[in-house]
Formats: sequence, structure tokens, C-alpha cells
Amino acid sequence: MVTGALAAAGFAAGALLPPRPAFASEQLTIISWGGGYQDVQLRKSFFEPFTKATGIKITEDQWNGEVSKVRAMVQTNTVNWDVLDVGVGIGELCSHGLVETLNWNRLGLDRTKFLGDDKTLDCGVPHHASSTVIAYDRTKLKNGPKTIADFFDLQKFPGKRAMQKGPTSNLEWALVADGVLIKDVYKVLATPAGVDRAFKKLDTIKKDVIWWTAGTQPAQLLGNGQVVMSTAWSGSINNAVKESGLPLEIMWDAQMLSLDFWVIPKGARHLDEAYKFLAFGGSPKPQADMTRYGNNGPANKDAMALVDPTIGPNLTTSPAHMANSLEFDYSFWGDKRDELNQRFTAWVVQQ
Amino acid sequence: MVTMAVQVAGNAEVHIPLRINLQRVEARRKLRAFALAVPLLLFILITFIFPIARMMFDAVHDNTLLKLMPQTAAALSAWDGKDLPSEGAYAALAADLKHAWAQKTAGAIGKRINFELPGAASQVASSSREANALSTGPYKAALIEINPLWAQPEVWAVLKRGGSSYTPSYLLRSVDYQYGPDSQIVALPTDSAIFRDVFLRTFGISIGVTAITLLLGFPLAYLLATLPSRVSNLLMMLVVLPFWTSLLVRTTAWVVLLQSNGVVNDVLMTLHIISQPAELIFNRVGTIVAMTHIQLPLTLLPIYSVMKTISPNYVRAARSLGAGPFYGFWKVYFPQTIPGIAAGCLLTFILCLGYYLTPALVGGPSDQMIAYFIARYTNEELNWGMASALGAILLTATLLLYYVYNKLVGVDQLKMG
Repeated sequence: MVTGALAAAGFAAGALLPPRPAFASEQLTIISWGGGYQDVQLRKSFFEPFTKATGIKITEDQWNGEVSKVRAMVQTNTVNWDVLDVGVGIGELCSHGLVETLNWNRLGLDRTKFLGDDKTLDCGVPHHASSTVIAYDRTKLKNGPKTIADFFDLQKFPGKRAMQKGPTSNLEWALVADGVLIKDVYKVLATPAGVDRAFKKLDTIKKDVIWWTAGTQPAQLLGNGQVVMSTAWSGSINNAVKESGLPLEIMWDAQMLSLDFWVIPKGARHLDEAYKFLAFGGSPKPQADMTRYGNNGPANKDAMALVDPTIGPNLTTSPAHMANSLEFDYSFWGDKRDELNQRFTAWVVQQ
Repeated sequence: MVTMAVQVAGNAEVHIPLRINLQRVEARRKLRAFALAVPLLLFILITFIFPIARMMFDAVHDNTLLKLMPQTAAALSAWDGKDLPSEGAYAALAADLKHAWAQKTAGAIGKRINFELPGAASQVASSSREANALSTGPYKAALIEINPLWAQPEVWAVLKRGGSSYTPSYLLRSVDYQYGPDSQIVALPTDSAIFRDVFLRTFGISIGVTAITLLLGFPLAYLLATLPSRVSNLLMMLVVLPFWTSLLVRTTAWVVLLQSNGVVNDVLMTLHIISQPAELIFNRVGTIVAMTHIQLPLTLLPIYSVMKTISPNYVRAARSLGAGPFYGFWKVYFPQTIPGIAAGCLLTFILCLGYYLTPALVGGPSDQMIAYFIARYTNEELNWGMASALGAILLTATLLLYYVYNKLVGVDQLKMG
């Protein structure tokens, strides 16, 4: 009955919209990560403008990136999600065939304009680039770190540092600090010797590391002086500076750039509408609009031209920050996540 | 039903002897009492007994491979495990992989094999995709061509073991053993062997916290039991108030107190007792302090309630018969408090074994107890076999300890108050 009422309401609302009467079936269920990110950033820059332009109603829901949930839906043929907002999980979703392989001609977008590697672009349209960086308190550390190697240098920067509890970005950075070129990082990490080398480098600072798990912890640990520097999501440091006025500084060398994608689960009920949404979500305008709410840069390179020039330099994708950045390798982590997670967990609990 | 009972009783008075009549009434009353308890029993059965039995079962039961690769399992039942299996097994494997690709189950198969052969998951997934394109044999060469994984005897040993719905793999891994390449049981390499340490640590921390709460709690309970009630009620409030506060709040309060620029370090540095901030948190010290604080009332209260019932006359009598103050306490008072001590310590020890939140917030990575790993396998890695196996071992070890404890102290001695 509720569905009936909703459908009727949708029909009524659709009939009132001038551009093009939408039918009740023209609706889309989009899943994202919740919080202010979904309720403000995505809704204002993507969802509301899309409904306005096409008349397609959007129903929102949330998830925590559980690939297993998508797998269960696809296997039982009960896919009631149409578009997913996914980050690092795209590697696994893609290689296990759980999402649609995209037809970029049908999308009407030029895939060469996007950040991200070829294999991943087959499965998703990236909509913004967030990054993991090194942050420190400039009042406590007058001469802050300049390179990733400084983060691993206990002589130059004595004291505790905080790192995210998990292998991703930590292993890559350990190799960079150990002298591996950024373009070779994943090549080295794909070999057992490379993994050993990364863990060996991490061993050198292990006793001085405090491990964080929630994105807000780095700002907190830096703010109360528990650590001298910390790996952190640039977005949450940006928020802490803006909202709490903490004197935090970001060191952008070898920032770990990762993209968020729109993907369509295999067997989605509203494939046409989903394609329309991906075409819209990949276009420069909404991606540029999103930069008003945080420091995540657009993934469509054309969008940079539309970004307010005063905020442009703060973004993760500004030319200065991109100069020496590491791009997250989705297929590598899609393949190796389980294995490296296990090894990391065993490593981290041993003294 | 009541009227019926009365009626039956009334009619029976004439024919049936009183004794049987009384027995019947008694039986009915018992049935009614039991009926009242049925909802509780059902509740316990559904929410407690059944999940635990299920967990014990999951620790040794896993039919992923049998269910998802039925043809391979059947083809391998006759394989001797010495050389690579014959073409027939490869054909079965190809059929199963094709089916898995169509049913999107390659990921689940890969995850299961990956547990025993780290790194195999992605190879299984890609093999499944490529096997889909194979239409005719011979499959052996074709599959090895697709991925050299299928030329490894180890993977075939895993598949062969997968032919049984029951596996000791999870229990073995929980005590740092695994299957070797020829299905013999070998120790895990030292860089991934963690669980024996974690179990020892779990019991070590629990025993330590129990001992500290007893040392702190016993004198305090004595004080509370012997002071005039006006003072002791106030003190009691101080003990019980934190007990009513949320566990999360109390734990995070310790973060504020113990961090490097926290209250404790500030005071110690102002008093020039230390010159550098001491490391009090995100390590074993923080874990033990916070756990002790949380558990103290639970050890103290049973001891207190037992002490309240001990008449002061016994010690007075002992003293009047010439015992010194310590002798009187030790020989007369202390033995009477043992039921309370036993109950308080058992309560604290068993609760400590399951600690998850506190070590996660105030401990370092090497202070995490077994509950952390159970939660990790349940929620993050979705490996319920491992979670169940760790849980089953913890439960068994706890029951064993309880048995020993019972032999030493005697459960009939326990007194909660």
C-alpha cells in the first residue's frame, strides 16, 4: 500500500513537472556512504540537479561498501539497487563480474578525460578524488615534514606518529620512503620480496606508531599532542581546520589518491535510468559543484575549469598536489586485499 | 484449568486414596510452575543454547567447496593425492568453474581456497572467467595454460579436502597450525602465527586484572562492611556510581586522563616526578588500568555482601581466646569471606575473557584479546568458520578453567550475596 501511495505521489509529482512527464517506473535507487557526504555534498551537487533535469526520482540508501551484499543480490537475482557509490571495492566488484561493464558510447562521455586506470573505467565512472596524506600540527612542528621519507625518519622527527590500521597506503608509502619510485610502487609490491621490503621499512617505526581506525582520529590525536604527525584523509583534516580551527597542515608529497565511482550492479532493474545518471554524474558541472563542500577534487579533468579559482589550489587534484601523487591501484588491491590484510593483522599484533 | 483441577480432585475424593490424589495435585502444580518457566526456557534455548551449538558446529563444518564444486569433489574422491589428477578431474573442474562463473560464485570459491592458499582468490576468479570460454577438452593442458595455479598439487589437495563437509582447518589455524602441501599438519610460519599468543594474552590479562581487583577490592570491601553506615553508604555510592556509567564513557575518560598531555602526566610532570611524559595509554598499562577500573565493583560487591553477614563476634571471640589481630583475622575472618572472593573473582575473570571495546580503545595492537579477532573475522573478513573456531576454543578453555576452579574452590561455596 505504501508503495502504491508512493507511486501515486511520484506519478502526481511527475505529471506536474513541466519538462517531461515522468512515469512512476522512472526512478532510481542510489546507494552511498551516508553522513554529511551523502546528505549535503552528493544530494546538492548530483541528486537534486539530476532529478530537476530529467524528472527521474531518486531514492537514496546507505551501505558500508560490503561487496558481499552486492554478491548476494546478484547471485539471488534480487538486485534492488540501481547505482552504487563505491571506492576501493570496485576492484573486487569488477574482477568478479558483479557490476555492469560500461558502454562509454552509450554514456556519451569521453573516458580519456577521467582519472583512473583503464581496467577500472570499464566498470565505473569516477566522480571525485579523495586522498590520504600526512598531516601535522604547525604550531608544534615548526619545520614540518617535506617528503614521505621524513615520516619514516625517527632521527629528524622523533616522537609518535599515527597511521591507519590496515595495509593500504602504508605499504605503498613504506616503499616510497625506502627509495622506490612512485611509478614502480605497485610493480615492487606485487612481488613477495617487495612486500617483505615494505614490512621491513614499517618495522623501523613500528614501536612509535599509534594505529587509528576512524577518520576523525588523526585530527584528534594531532590536536591533543599525542602524535607529532599522522597519516590522514585530507578531507577530514580539511574539515577539522575549517570547523574546529585546529592549526593543522597537510604534507602533500606522495599523496595517495583514490577515486570514488558510480557503478551499476549487474542485473539492475532500471538500467536506462542508471545510464542516464552515470552520464550526468560524470559530467563536469556537478563534479565542479561538489568542490564547494570539501577539498575533494573532480575526477573529470574538464571540471577543473569550472571550479572557483579561490578553492582550486586546495583541492586534492590541483596541479601542485598532483605533481608527485600515488594513484591507488584498484586491481592490485582487489586481488591482494585478503592476503595482505591477513599478513598485516598478524604483523601488527606481534611485538 | 483451576476449576477442572478442583473438580477432578472433588470427584476423586470418593474413589482414589488420598496419597495418589495428593500426588496428582502436586504434579499439576509442578506442571503449572513449569509452564510459567517455559517462555524463559524457550528464550534461553533460542538466544543462548542454539547460537552456541551453531557456533560449535560452524567451527568444524564447511561445505562451500562441496556445494559449489560438486563435480570436482566427486571426481577427486578416487584421487590418491600423489601426482596431479587425471584429465577427468580437470574436466570436472572446468565444468564447475563455468558453472561458478554463470552463478557468480567464483568469488566464494576463491575466498575458501584463499584461506588455505593465500593469493589464490584472484586466480580462481580469473580462471573461472576464462574457463567460461573453453568448449572442448583436453582440459588439463588448457586450464594449466589459463593459470599455473592448477598445476600446483597444493590446490588439488585443498579441493580434495573440500570433498568433506567437515574440516579441522579452522580449529588448526586457531592454534597456529595448517595443512602442508601433502595434507600433513604443520606449524604456521612465525610471521603469521598469532593465536596461541593471543589466547595466552587473553588469559594472562584476565588473571592479572582479577588479581588486581581482588587486591584493591578486598580492603575496600572490608572498610565498607565495618564502617558506620553513614560513612559506608557514601563510600558505596562512590563505588557504584561509575558502575552505572556507560562502559564507553568510562573507557574514553581514561584516554583523557592517561594520554601524553593528559591529567596524570601533567600532574606527575608538575611535581617533577618525571621529566618526559610517561607512556600510559595505547599499551598494556592503559588496558589493565581501564579494565581494572571497570571490573572493580564486580569483584568487590560479592565480597562486601558476604562480609556484611559475618558477625564481629567471631573475631572478638578469637581475640578473647588470645589470638593476635592478624592471627584472628587470618584464621577466623578471612576463611568466612572465601565464598565472596570466589564469586567475585570468577565473575571478573569470565567477563574479562570477553573484553573487546576497552582494549580496542586504550590498548595497542599487541594488547588485543581474542574477542577482537572474533569480531574481526565475523564483521570484516566474513570468515565465520574462523570466528566460530576461535569462539569454540575460548568457550572450551573457559569451561575447563571453570572445572578446575570448581575442584579447587567448590561452586557450592560461591555466594553472590
